[in-house]
Amino acid sequence: MKNRKVLISLFALIVFSVIIYNCSGSGSSGDFSDAASKVYVAPGSYDEFYAFLSGGFSGQVAVYGLPSGRMFKEIGVFSQDPETGYGYSEESKAMLMTSYGFIPWDDAHHPSLSMTSGEQDGRWLFINGNNTPRIARIDLRSFETVEIIETPNSGGNHASPFVTENTEYVVASTRFSLPIPNKDVSISSYKENFTGTVSFISVDKESGKLDLAFQILVPGFNYDIARPGKGHSHGWAFFTSYNSERANTMLEINASQNDKDFIAAVNWKKAEEYIKQGKAKTMEAEYYRNYYDAEKQTAYSEVNRKVLVLNPKDCPGMIYYLPTPKSPHGVDVDPTGEYIAAGGKLATVIPVHSFSKMIKAIEEKQFDGDVEGIPILKYDKVIAGEVEDPGLGPLHTEFDGDGYGYTSAFISSEIVKWKIGTWEVVDRIPTYYSIGHLMIPGGDTKKPWGKYVVALNKITKDRYLPTGPELTQSAQLIDITGDKMKLLLDFPTTGEPHYAQAIPAEILMKNSKRIYELEKNKNPNAVKSEKETRVVRNGNEIRVYMTASRSHFKPDNIEGIKVGDKVYFHVTNLEQDWDIPHGFAVKGLNNGELLIMPGQTKTILWEPKKVGIFPFYCTDFCSALHQEMSGYIRVSPAGSNVPVSYNK
Amino acid sequence: MKKHFLVFLIIVAVSACGENKKEASSASSGTEKLAQKFGLTVFEYENGIGPIKEKLELGQIDLIKAKSGEKIFTEKCTQCHKLDERYTGPALRDVTTRRTPEFILNQILNPEEMTKRHPEVKKLLATYPTQMTYQNVSLDDAKAILDYFRSVNK
Repeated sequence: MKNRKVLISLFALIVFSVIIYNCSGSGSSGDFSDAASKVYVAPGSYDEFYAFLSGGFSGQVAVYGLPSGRMFKEIGVFSQDPETGYGYSEESKAMLMTSYGFIPWDDAHHPSLSMTSGEQDGRWLFINGNNTPRIARIDLRSFETVEIIETPNSGGNHASPFVTENTEYVVASTRFSLPIPNKDVSISSYKENFTGTVSFISVDKESGKLDLAFQILVPGFNYDIARPGKGHSHGWAFFTSYNSERANTMLEINASQNDKDFIAAVNWKKAEEYIKQGKAKTMEAEYYRNYYDAEKQTAYSEVNRKVLVLNPKDCPGMIYYLPTPKSPHGVDVDPTGEYIAAGGKLATVIPVHSFSKMIKAIEEKQFDGDVEGIPILKYDKVIAGEVEDPGLGPLHTEFDGDGYGYTSAFISSEIVKWKIGTWEVVDRIPTYYSIGHLMIPGGDTKKPWGKYVVALNKITKDRYLPTGPELTQSAQLIDITGDKMKLLLDFPTTGEPHYAQAIPAEILMKNSKRIYELEKNKNPNAVKSEKETRVVRNGNEIRVYMTASRSHFKPDNIEGIKVGDKVYFHVTNLEQDWDIPHGFAVKGLNNGELLIMPGQTKTILWEPKKVGIFPFYCTDFCSALHQEMSGYIRVSPAGSNVPVSYNK
Repeated sequence: MKKHFLVFLIIVAVSACGENKKEASSASSGTEKLAQKFGLTVFEYENGIGPIKEKLELGQIDLIKAKSGEKIFTEKCTQCHKLDERYTGPALRDVTTRRTPEFILNQILNPEEMTKRHPEVKKLLATYPTQMTYQNVSLDDAKAILDYFRSVNK
């Protein structure tokens, strides 16, 4: 009897599966039943890829899973993060120091994964700060920002931080040229006084430490986006530029006059030779490098005052200009390193230059004049082909590793797929709307993982529930495994998803940090057991050395604090198991909270302004008795005689 | 439909358990029956679940080890455990009387699985509602803590 029921159930299950199967793949637009199964990651299962989407003007990086589009984490990079205390805690404040003082925000555009032999190695993620030129390095074991270096002699650090084949350098340049060194001049003296720079920031092979290796002075155009070469073009880096008109006002009209602007091809190996030959000049420049000391769990700043500068006039053969139609924006190098595709945002074609033709043209001196000593190569001697009818406003190209390029077209809101070699468009798909960058996992490396392209859209009007005047920006996941691209999923993003990178989950997962080992915690303010907890007064400075564990703080009653004191809470989380952070906040704290990972010590400064009793508590739901994890601080009037006391 | 599927699963599960069942059906003593009831072996029931899978030869208390055990205990355990006072977790002065040495080691090294599967530890979670965690100690560290517990149980 029971067996019969089981058999009936099994039969029902088979019929059900057949029905489901037949529902799928009808191909009509608006039928996403097939798409749903392709992005469905069952509860408890993992995504195939980690995706790192920049937050643009949020100044952060957000971590998502693909294909599900589920968001896992927001990483504080250039913006303070009150949730974790990043940029608020005493240990992390130094990370946001610059030569202009403490800056709590920036505009973060291009996440860029470290590479070895042109392939993703899963060690670091770099990202640029656009507004106050900086480059950050995120450690992919902890998913935390561990270094930020300022780039001096720069305005608008947009073409950054693209990585050379073995992460020898991350590159940068000036979108906004400036007087170098900066000085008080009339803006209308642009043509005589303004100069651009191209920067090469070296990355230490072992530690990842960033160093501004050298800068190259270049004519005062707007250098927009960059890509280093790979394979046989390794050793070169390509920077697009617009405003070869050198306009200093109303650029939308005045910088759109010339038929062609330039891609600057920089031979950085040659630059290294010139430095060895002593051709570089040392220039005064103040710039910060902030780094996180993993042992001390504390960020420190160092101020650098010198930079090596090369002038192309002294360094023949170091830079060439490739004429490129109409204010090119993107410049992308295919996986073989041979083809350099430009996104001429006002152009009617996608010009694709050939690296070997470029080398030949240089050898044959096929020049069409020069700009300040930088030879201009003849367009027809370097061009490999032009992709016609690429949509309006082509911007960026990524590659699938199977011989196709995918280019985003901002104005016509679409992705066009074209074949390398024949340059014909083979497919196109609308995006919703105004796509900027697009991203194929590994699509900028020698070994693209393919499978998906992600559209990063600026506008989502009518795509989601309205949320007042400001609407979410979005990403769209598109299947590229077949001949036709197929939209699978829309997902909203935090901030502006300007650009992104994705990497197979298995490369990162195995290295993911779980705890900070207490034995290795060398934070000078750490307390390793409740026995060591204490409150110490030194003048008007109070230091509370506190521990947190489920479900209490030690000490949890503190007296003898006075109005006008500076109270530093040094809180150590004594837990040693994964995923047990504790939070800390006190009433009236004019600051972010602390979110302290297992085995970590963090410090927050509180300056009490009123007399009375002030509760503090754990803000991260840590245990069944989380509500009990609290305490009181007594604040007495300035000048009172209440002695410091606390319980243990 | 759901119900049928459940029945099906139970049948599969039960038939997969066949071997254990046979072994256990020959059990006669009370402990064996209890262990069987909770899906544990007799060793697991008496000595806990974890990396310690057989009885250990314990010699004299090593006082040097006990001393280092006290240091580890102070740094990694005292936020939850005191010797003579109920705290986040139970008082531990007499823990070597209440539990076998192997049970103590397994509880230190594998607390989450112990809480999920061992009836005695399940009871503890009902009394002390904070899940004990693995505090990133090695087997040697745990053995030192055990010697410390032995040295203080007078």
